[in-house]
Amino acid sequence: MAMIDEPLYPIAILIDELKNEDIQLRLNSIRKLSTIARALGEERTRKELIPFLSENNDDEDEVLLAMAEELGIFIPYIGGVEYAHVLLPPLETLCTVEETCVRDKAVESLCRIGAQMKESDLVDSFIPLVKRLAAGEWFTARVSSCGLFHLAYPSATELLKAELRSIYGQLCQDDMPMVRRSAASNLGKFAATVEPNHLKTEIMSIFDDLTQDDQDSVRLLAVEGCAALGKLLEPQDCIAHILPVIVNFSQDKSWRVRYMVANQLYELCEAVGPEPTRVDLVPAYVRLLRDNEAEVRIAAAGKVTKFCHILTPEIAIQHILPCVKELSSDSSQHVRSALASVIMGMAPILGKDATIERLLPIFLSLLKDEFPDVRLNIISKLDQVNQVIGIDLLSQSLLPAIVELAEDRHWRVRLAIIEYIPLLASQLGVGFFDNKLGSLCMQWLEDKVFSIREAAANNLKRLAEEFGPEWAMQHIIPQVLEKISNPHYLYRLTILQAISLLAPVLGSDITCQKLLPVVVAASKDRVANIKFNVAKVLQSVIPIVDHSVVEQTIRPCLFELTEDPDVDVRYYAGQALHACDSIMMAS
Amino acid sequence: MSANGDGGSAAAAAPPPPPLEWKFSQVFGERAAGEEVHEVDIISAIEFDKSGNYLATGDRGGRVVLFERTDLKNNIHRRDLERADCPISRHPEFRYKTEFQSHEPEFDYLKSLEIEEKINKIRWCQTANGALSLLSTNDKTIKLWKVQEKKVKKVSKMNLDPLHAQANGSSASPSVFLPNGGCSESPYTHARNDLSFHPGGIPSLQLPVVSSQETSLVARCRRVYTHAHDYHINSISNNSDGETFISADDLRINLWNLEISNQSFNIVDMKPANMEDLTEVITSAEFHPSHCNILAYSSSKGSIRLIDLRQSALCDNHSQLFEEHETSRSFFTEIIASISDIKFSKDGRHILSRDYMTLKLWDINVNSGPVATFQVHEYLRPKLCDLYENDSIFDKFECCLSGDGLRVATGSYSNLFRVFGCVPGSEEATTLEASKNPMRRPTQNVARPPRPSSSATRAVRRGKFQQERKPRVSMPMGTHLTPLRSCCIWLGIQPKTQSPVLLQTACTSTMRKNKVKKKKKPSLSLRKCFVFCSREVRLDSGFFVGAVAMLFKDLNYVIVPLLRR
Repeated sequence: MAMIDEPLYPIAILIDELKNEDIQLRLNSIRKLSTIARALGEERTRKELIPFLSENNDDEDEVLLAMAEELGIFIPYIGGVEYAHVLLPPLETLCTVEETCVRDKAVESLCRIGAQMKESDLVDSFIPLVKRLAAGEWFTARVSSCGLFHLAYPSATELLKAELRSIYGQLCQDDMPMVRRSAASNLGKFAATVEPNHLKTEIMSIFDDLTQDDQDSVRLLAVEGCAALGKLLEPQDCIAHILPVIVNFSQDKSWRVRYMVANQLYELCEAVGPEPTRVDLVPAYVRLLRDNEAEVRIAAAGKVTKFCHILTPEIAIQHILPCVKELSSDSSQHVRSALASVIMGMAPILGKDATIERLLPIFLSLLKDEFPDVRLNIISKLDQVNQVIGIDLLSQSLLPAIVELAEDRHWRVRLAIIEYIPLLASQLGVGFFDNKLGSLCMQWLEDKVFSIREAAANNLKRLAEEFGPEWAMQHIIPQVLEKISNPHYLYRLTILQAISLLAPVLGSDITCQKLLPVVVAASKDRVANIKFNVAKVLQSVIPIVDHSVVEQTIRPCLFELTEDPDVDVRYYAGQALHACDSIMMAS
Repeated sequence: MSANGDGGSAAAAAPPPPPLEWKFSQVFGERAAGEEVHEVDIISAIEFDKSGNYLATGDRGGRVVLFERTDLKNNIHRRDLERADCPISRHPEFRYKTEFQSHEPEFDYLKSLEIEEKINKIRWCQTANGALSLLSTNDKTIKLWKVQEKKVKKVSKMNLDPLHAQANGSSASPSVFLPNGGCSESPYTHARNDLSFHPGGIPSLQLPVVSSQETSLVARCRRVYTHAHDYHINSISNNSDGETFISADDLRINLWNLEISNQSFNIVDMKPANMEDLTEVITSAEFHPSHCNILAYSSSKGSIRLIDLRQSALCDNHSQLFEEHETSRSFFTEIIASISDIKFSKDGRHILSRDYMTLKLWDINVNSGPVATFQVHEYLRPKLCDLYENDSIFDKFECCLSGDGLRVATGSYSNLFRVFGCVPGSEEATTLEASKNPMRRPTQNVARPPRPSSSATRAVRRGKFQQERKPRVSMPMGTHLTPLRSCCIWLGIQPKTQSPVLLQTACTSTMRKNKVKKKKKPSLSLRKCFVFCSREVRLDSGFFVGAVAMLFKDLNYVIVPLLRR
């Protein structure tokens, strides 16, 4: 055993713990690998640490994951880019493990290293590595190799390039669907590095094979490739090669493939340009909006606004709006819900007249939907429609919807609507709010569910921020303070909470004049829970109010509480007094 | 007794292959005389992997035992008899590989339910990186296991004296464990980042020197898929896409991604709004071997439904229905129609189903009726009434197809299992039996006509019946029938050499639910597993091997007979 100097002791432990029995300690050492490397120096890191790590390839997945991550940023510790090839062997091993996240991380790190390597080094060490992985015995190696071609390809010689292309083609026809999936999802990246003439021939034929794969899971990844390849190709090639594929996919037997198309279609439209979009893709999209499978309709409905963005208003009104109308009465609530969450965004696209004429009836019917999520989604995006047509047209139908949601049986629904109240208030304006919604906000303070009461208190704070202290003085404070005499202590507790939230917003004057007396009075409550919450509230109020108020009102009240029979009350009162003192000291 | 296939089979043109000749090959976990059989030792699941090189068994104690094929030239366990008939170089044998505790008994506090550790099903997953991986399930929880060779690490050289380090380790160790599993760093690790090292490094520091010559097998649970089933899981099945699998309970089928354990999708839900309307439950489900979108499930009403995952996200509507309506109806018709197991053939063209009395082979393109029906134990038909009274009629048997699609096999009572040739025109119907005397002549192929003795009491009858079937085994009167529950065959080209063809059969036997109090778990040891070997006449040096796992409650030890056609 070597003698270790005192300052080196921690690093020595760190190194020893690379082989500790305890996985947490090993993990910790691996995360500090850069420190170990610096302690060993560049040469010994290359010659000892890296081979040591390569040996250590049967560790737990967590350790391997951390190792894969660390190695990606290891170039500075091994002596710079010229030695980068040293890092490849351990990462190559990590590319073959069966845990996906480790492999992904290893590929990511390899990409990071490969991007910094010199061209000659890439040819000498990186490309052979890619070829070895691609010919790996286990599918895991082949899966990993797919994500490395885009780095290997540009620096390869013509001959090697041809070989790499053909290897990639083979990977796309691998026996294992996992490999084909990886090849399909990495095709876009790889294609971006391939020369245009090969792109049109070899890559397109690879792509064609993938689009006809037996496995749904491969085909649906090929859908993503459509958009990526489409952007690389010349528009006319794109129309010739990609467009028919998209149209085919949109009528695929598998709903999962159609679902992917529905999600990706607007990107594909950008790739093919406006005219083919109008002729081919709009009908395809309309089909998807009317798909048999609810999941596909959900995806399509969720993209309706994005899709309309790239169309002219006329086309949108002519082709898309009729479908939207159908979807608003879809049999699946999830479809309606997805539609409701985006439909408001259509208003700016269609313009005022079309919105009033066509969209408004749809909004109104969705606002009356039996499914609360649908109504909530409409309400949550109210600001978008307000910008176009003003809220007046909607307010008449809005109010019953809000009231109904506010009294919904499910507290989560009530919670959701409370969270939208400040938004509604800002859109509807003070006048409307005072008339219609003010009483609701007070009603929630006495809800049976704690989360609702808590949200209600928070809501009052946000309203006070929105409309200002003066409005709050008139419309919130009196009603709130009245409720402190509620016979049930839980409701009194809510009021205390509301006070502590409102105080910072309302400022020192109102706090001292209106709020503080109520809090001090509550310190005489018969319930201990109230009393120690009084102590907490007082503590939170201290920074807001003047020193004189602290000395004259708060401190005496807290002193009194420190002599309470209840231990918790004494504890919190003590805490508050302590805070008092420290603030006084600081000033 | 013979296959009454009527065309439609892919192999219709070829003449039926000659029947197999079965020989006893191996037995694992044999009990010594007088040794008691524990409930936890009873094998409840068995499965060959895709290559046939590995065999996994699961037991009621929640353990999984793995066996692997060995092509050792000389095996000391080999019996003289086998040596006479089989060229040594080609004889496939299995050896114990490893075992691990897959499931532990649990308690569901929300539902106040005890969850048994019994392994219901095992399925092998794609092997990657030399590690074996399999899914095992009990009634509620599915687990993904990885079994891998790991180097046994021996750290021989360290910077610090291990004792010294240990003494300080508690205080100076960089991480301190918190109760929630997190780890907090001690202050000095932060300080260390400011340390500046000499550019050449510090020569006195050295990496631990690890010597590792030996390897050991380590089983590690990679994922736990749980809280998705309200009822007991009866099947799990891997998808050919390699990324998903299904799990089926009595009323629902869920689809999982192997990588994601906290989310699954319900694809079939048979639960009626009112449980009083319940008429049918799911008994078994399996994915098509090559089409990732097709899966089949069977029901207690005797129907098999094929669903296409492409059609819809919720597949409550089947795309094909296979049913056979019995012409003569009796009180028992519905009970014995219940399908206990289904299996796809390797090419995905056929589905094999097992109900109480028969094995049926269906062509997935013909839903008017099965292409072949095999009677498993027709002699029991007159006794259905007795079997109903003692609940035997609700026993569940598994079935399997050979990899070449030429034969099917299933279990029966009295330590028997049956193998049928399923090619049209094949007359093959072999009965294999486990009995005390391995040298015995085999039972004949065609089942004997039943000899019911209706006047005797049930206990006597059953005792007599068993004695008829296994004349040399003395069974105490009144013992229960022992259903040979599961059975699987594997047949394919051996991957490495390409020449021999292997047929592997595995069966498990479960005992009737007798109320045996769970005894203390015995230390981990080999469980019973038999391997049969059979010679295929047509193929040069091609041998068929089957593994059968059995356990008999009332026998102190078990011997498997040599059976020959």
